[in-house]
Amino acid sequence: MRQTTASLSRGRPPPKRPPINLQGLWHNVGFRNFAYQLLVVGTIIGLAVFMVTNVQDALSKRGISTGFGFLFEEAGFDIGEALTGFESTDTFLLAYGTAVLNTLKVSVLGVVFATALGVILGIARLSSNVLISKLSSTYVELFRNTPLLVQVIFWYTIITKMPHPKQAWSLSDWAFLSNRGLNVPWPAANPVYFWTALAFALACLSAILIVRWADARRRRTGHKIPVLWWNIVLVLAAPFLVWWFGGAPSELVIPKFKGFNFVGGVSLSPEFLALLLGLSLYIAAFIAEIVRSGIQSVSRGQIEAAHAVCLSPGDTYRKVILPQALRVIIPPAAAQYVSLVKNSSLGVAIGYPELFNINNTIITLSGHTLEAIGMMMAIYLSISFTIAAIMNLYNRAVQIKER
Amino acid sequence: MLTLLAMWALFVTIPDFISWAFINAVWQTDDSKDCQVAAGACWAVITEKHRVMLFGTFPYDEHWRGVLAIAIIIILAVISGFKRFWSYRLFLVWLVATALVFLLLLGGVFGLKPIGTYQWGGLPLTLLLFVGTVVGGMPLAVLLALGRRSSLPAIKALCIGFIEIIRGVPLITVLFMASLMFPLFMPEGVTINKLLRAEIGMIMFFAAYAAEIVRGGLQAISLGQYEAAEAIGLSYWQKTNRIILPQALRIVLPALMSDVIRAFKNTTFVSIIGLFDVLGATATALEDLLWVRYALEAYIFIFILYFVFCFSMSKYSAHLERDLSEGRNL
Repeated sequence: MRQTTASLSRGRPPPKRPPINLQGLWHNVGFRNFAYQLLVVGTIIGLAVFMVTNVQDALSKRGISTGFGFLFEEAGFDIGEALTGFESTDTFLLAYGTAVLNTLKVSVLGVVFATALGVILGIARLSSNVLISKLSSTYVELFRNTPLLVQVIFWYTIITKMPHPKQAWSLSDWAFLSNRGLNVPWPAANPVYFWTALAFALACLSAILIVRWADARRRRTGHKIPVLWWNIVLVLAAPFLVWWFGGAPSELVIPKFKGFNFVGGVSLSPEFLALLLGLSLYIAAFIAEIVRSGIQSVSRGQIEAAHAVCLSPGDTYRKVILPQALRVIIPPAAAQYVSLVKNSSLGVAIGYPELFNINNTIITLSGHTLEAIGMMMAIYLSISFTIAAIMNLYNRAVQIKER
Repeated sequence: MLTLLAMWALFVTIPDFISWAFINAVWQTDDSKDCQVAAGACWAVITEKHRVMLFGTFPYDEHWRGVLAIAIIIILAVISGFKRFWSYRLFLVWLVATALVFLLLLGGVFGLKPIGTYQWGGLPLTLLLFVGTVVGGMPLAVLLALGRRSSLPAIKALCIGFIEIIRGVPLITVLFMASLMFPLFMPEGVTINKLLRAEIGMIMFFAAYAAEIVRGGLQAISLGQYEAAEAIGLSYWQKTNRIILPQALRIVLPALMSDVIRAFKNTTFVSIIGLFDVLGATATALEDLLWVRYALEAYIFIFILYFVFCFSMSKYSAHLERDLSEGRNL
């Protein structure tokens, strides 16, 4: 319609205003667009007002106050695994904090395990060894094509069917697996460990900087510096030296069976183990597929070209295959990580105290359904968006630089 | 070296597994005590409990209706796999079939005994939820995708907001919101069926993900197609329905299939909000104290059940991907 009116009006010198009538107005694209939008937005606002009045009606009838003031009231319930040392006399706000930490704990470990296993499986699937590639593809098909919730419950069933702590499966009396979960030895607390970890982090950082410097130098002068061995020495030696001069603490607290349960070391609950196992094994199957398609996306010619210019196998991998494969791998892998965090909410099915589970308890105890659901949604959204933003930054770093 | 390692691992695990799962297993018994004596798996839990696992609390004498419902859905799904049946009409057939299955289970017509939705369960419920999600979610997904690419700012903003918020939170929170907050939002006295509330949540979640895939297809259509359609004077909806969507949907079909498979796996989430799909019904079946210790065998059974459905869909999707890409290369 726009084209016809425009072309008609073009050849005529005195532009006559179209008479304002209802039909003409409706044929005006700008007005029609405006009307459509007004209609949609109006409907939604109307619905929202309708819902809010209903909610206010219902709440005032039940005598429930609204607002986030309840967050500072005493929670009055306990959380099984609390990194914050949460107790029932603490506030609801701290309960949220504890729940978020539990969600993040299982998610971060899950991302690490899923990535490690996924990369191994993805490479194994491309292996020329038939047995290895078949095993890997069987794994991927099995775990990708069944619901995560069934897997989590499956693992939980297996762990709770383990023997009682008295007859726990033990690894030469160091680690114990029983129906109370996994108990592993842990180093006795000592400030030296903190400095060792710091030294390790600094060594890794300087190793990266050294590689960059060596690359830049080679590009400028053509001389190759064998930095790899120096870096390995640096990364291993720095933390070791700090640990050694810190008095070399080596005391481990080994779990011991006392009374009804294990004491000492680190204890991982059956709920945590089942959820971690389920999430990592499930997401690993997807990561494996992503890694496989990423590596396959690098064309054969690229690798042959790298050989032709005499790049070493290590350099071929680091400078030719990896940068190109990462471009294909990162966006879908980021989506899988977000999905892992969101799926940690399945902990509710087996009683792991993560955000969704704790939020249910908070709703029951405080009665503030709307506020609590709002809190939970906001927390999940901010976690998802943060991961997406970090992965976007990383993605931008590995994308093709147009020169 | 690796081969040896892998073979050793298989050699250690497989004989143990076979003796547990087959040789020492109890296949059929009415008495769970027989299983306690045996050293192997107790598959008898499945022969004993399969009716509850597959049909939930659906009245025993009416199970044939559940079987018929499953058959209708599976047969129609197989028919839809053939490319020659693809058209908008197929969608209408699915819509009618879903309504038919719903009526078949609900009863109250054609002399069928009425059965309340709270009694529904097992595989018919899982399949109905799944089909309802896809049939209801696809049109919403297309609308959201079109809306996100719309030139109307208010509509675009609404669609982006909806898609990003739903994609940013776990499905269980969407289901939870649907089951907890809908009743609050409705005027007093108006109640929406629990099953329907869960279905609405599932549809919203599926649509938000599928919309992003459809949008990818819309972006892949060359600008020339849009301009050519406008040049011959087609209106927005004519252009979209006849020119753009048929091409765009064809491109994204394999990607959409992975979302459809996920929708199937996601039906298990409804067991958390108290519906008795296959997983929920299995949990109920295992409340029987005599059989509760054989939960592992029961879960292996439904693991295989879900695998059969998802694996056949994923194999079909892989076949489709090859098929469609061959067509493009010609």
